[in-house]
Amino acid sequence: MAKSPESEHPIKAYGYAARDSSGVLSPLTFSRRATGEKDVRFKVLYCGICHSDLHSIKNDWGMTTYPLIPGHEIVGVVTEVGSKVHNFKVGDKVGVGCLVGSCRSCQSCANDLENYCPKNILTYGSPYYDGTRTYGGYSDHMVADEHFILRWPKNLPLDSGSPLLCAGITTYSPLRYFGLDKPGVKVGVVGLGGLGHVAVKFAKAFGAEVTVFSTTPAKKQEALDGLKADHFIVSKDPEQMKSAVGSLDGIIDTVSATHPIAPLLSVLKREGKLILVGIPEKPLEIPAFSLIMGRKIVTGSVIGGLKETQEMLDFASEHGITADIELIPIDYVNTAMERVLKSDVRYRFVIDVANSLKAP
Amino acid sequence: MAKSLESEHPIKAYGYAAHDTTGTFSPVTFSRRVTGEKDVRFKVLYCGVCHSDLHYAKNEWGVTTYPVIPGHEIVGVVTEVGSKVEKFKVGDKVGVGCLVGSCRSCESCSSDCEQFCPTQTLTYGVPNFDGTQAYGGYSDHMISDEHFVLRWPENLPLDSGAPLLCAGITTYSPLRYFGLDKPGMKVGVVGLGGLGHVAVKMAKAFGADVTVFSTTAAKKQEAIEGLKADHFINSRDEEEMKAAASTLDGIIDTVSGNHPIVPLLGALKPNGKLVLLGAPEKPVELAAFALILGRKIVAGSAIGGLKETQEMLDFSAKHGITADIELIPIDYVNTAMDRLLKSDVRYRFVIDVANSLKAE
Repeated sequence: MAKSPESEHPIKAYGYAARDSSGVLSPLTFSRRATGEKDVRFKVLYCGICHSDLHSIKNDWGMTTYPLIPGHEIVGVVTEVGSKVHNFKVGDKVGVGCLVGSCRSCQSCANDLENYCPKNILTYGSPYYDGTRTYGGYSDHMVADEHFILRWPKNLPLDSGSPLLCAGITTYSPLRYFGLDKPGVKVGVVGLGGLGHVAVKFAKAFGAEVTVFSTTPAKKQEALDGLKADHFIVSKDPEQMKSAVGSLDGIIDTVSATHPIAPLLSVLKREGKLILVGIPEKPLEIPAFSLIMGRKIVTGSVIGGLKETQEMLDFASEHGITADIELIPIDYVNTAMERVLKSDVRYRFVIDVANSLKAP
Repeated sequence: MAKSLESEHPIKAYGYAAHDTTGTFSPVTFSRRVTGEKDVRFKVLYCGVCHSDLHYAKNEWGVTTYPVIPGHEIVGVVTEVGSKVEKFKVGDKVGVGCLVGSCRSCESCSSDCEQFCPTQTLTYGVPNFDGTQAYGGYSDHMISDEHFVLRWPENLPLDSGAPLLCAGITTYSPLRYFGLDKPGMKVGVVGLGGLGHVAVKMAKAFGADVTVFSTTAAKKQEAIEGLKADHFINSRDEEEMKAAASTLDGIIDTVSGNHPIVPLLGALKPNGKLVLLGAPEKPVELAAFALILGRKIVAGSAIGGLKETQEMLDFSAKHGITADIELIPIDYVNTAMDRLLKSDVRYRFVIDVANSLKAE
């Protein structure tokens, strides 16, 4: 007989969960496993709100099992380690991102690409090895296998750094993999939200010349003055788009709303790369000629492996890169979700979990 | 006042032209320029019939200026060279492919990628920058700047080698550029026609394990026994497609009819590449997830630069690669076009120009 979230594991836990596709979050008492020999247990200090959390709680992707506790940009302090844990001790500051498990033996895992392992386990909403479902960081504490724990760099703020665990790696990884991390490279970023603003910061840190594409003219000042982007183009303005034709080495497209792809392809130089990191609901339409003329590429990228995530955190710490955040108490989370839906945040909400989540 | 075809240039020429969107060919007398100091003039021996010739003849891409004399897989023997020509002499066997001009100074031209030059001149159909028309190889002789003339390798048959000048370079180039030219690579080829059959031969010569995808189950024997492909998959068979999931490093897609892309993406391993060579009329549709989960690439490619085209010819001579052809007299060309439309040829028509095209 199926156990309830409260009784399924021996250690009591509490958090905020969505119980149905309305997506409304409310307090939930649940449970987590005992600390296994390779596990790291930590008290959650902060958890970023990712747009994927919103998609998941509303079951936009049709994969959700309720109750769902989201949160995969989790930062905290270690409270217990298993007997075979080597890299962490009690008191360490750590993070967990989007993955808490993978097969550890396939080609992808062997190449530090756990994000492409066909059997990877997501931090929330996924079946774990023991058959129970995973619960994410909108909760008092987390437990995860050491391999999936990130060491928190000393100089990196815990609150404004937490969104890097998803937004950061999701934009850092394709900039590196597709060679857009060289000084002087011309990079476009489409969309100025949680992912987009971090993409601009990383690209600038790599020495790129950055063009922001947005449908919101009002974002120009933030893009140029706030984020130090070099250019700003309103993507719905044909004249502005025309002036950019054939100018970019690559584009990071963070937009998850349905939008036309062909104009972005025209802005690429020959052999340029359009990299999708947002997930539009409707299929994209790509005219084959737009790829054939100029040997251009459309591709996608999702988070990164654990090794690269650590590298990204260290890079961010070195270059003073954090997310622009609005810190909120956990009982604000439903209002925050409504505002995320309207893109009414500059640019990520982060839940001040430790100071606002009370035991029931 | 516009000059007539015949009086536009000083040297008389004759060939077969289409005059309107019916695409019906008939004999025509026209003219070509005198041999400039850097020009090579040659008598046409053979010319391959490329599906692009048919698209142009019927103005399916909306860019045709009539009358059009197609043909960009042209092989012949030099009859005259300009005073500054260094690489060729009278009597040499030569070829001309899809390009007869480019600016020679842009970044693309400087890196031997004339196919990306924004002011390139195609061998036929689109007006030159001096306003005169370019006429292709369905004609008695050609004239071209030395830079765009290929040296014909000694051991390469002239007739069955002619299609390599378009079909060959169009398939060779992406196999090299996208790193699918290493022994043991698992490469798919979609479509077994003029491009597809040459793609199989090139991939096999590179040492790849080749899977042919076709909607025509009857092509299995030709694929496996004739072309030595390693596997054959009926792309309409769901079970066969499912069994091929995540197996391929890359796929060369030669099909120009509309067809679903997502099942082909499914056949790619993570980081795999789908390269489109055919240009379907409708935009290709794909869900962003199909690229993002697995960091897969969709790209396009068209012909190649002159340096690479020469390299491809030499490679083909070395590995005994030629097209499978049906040699036809030039007055068969209209029937050939009808058959081409129905894919009723194994796999390229080549016009025996010298032996069948008579002066008027």
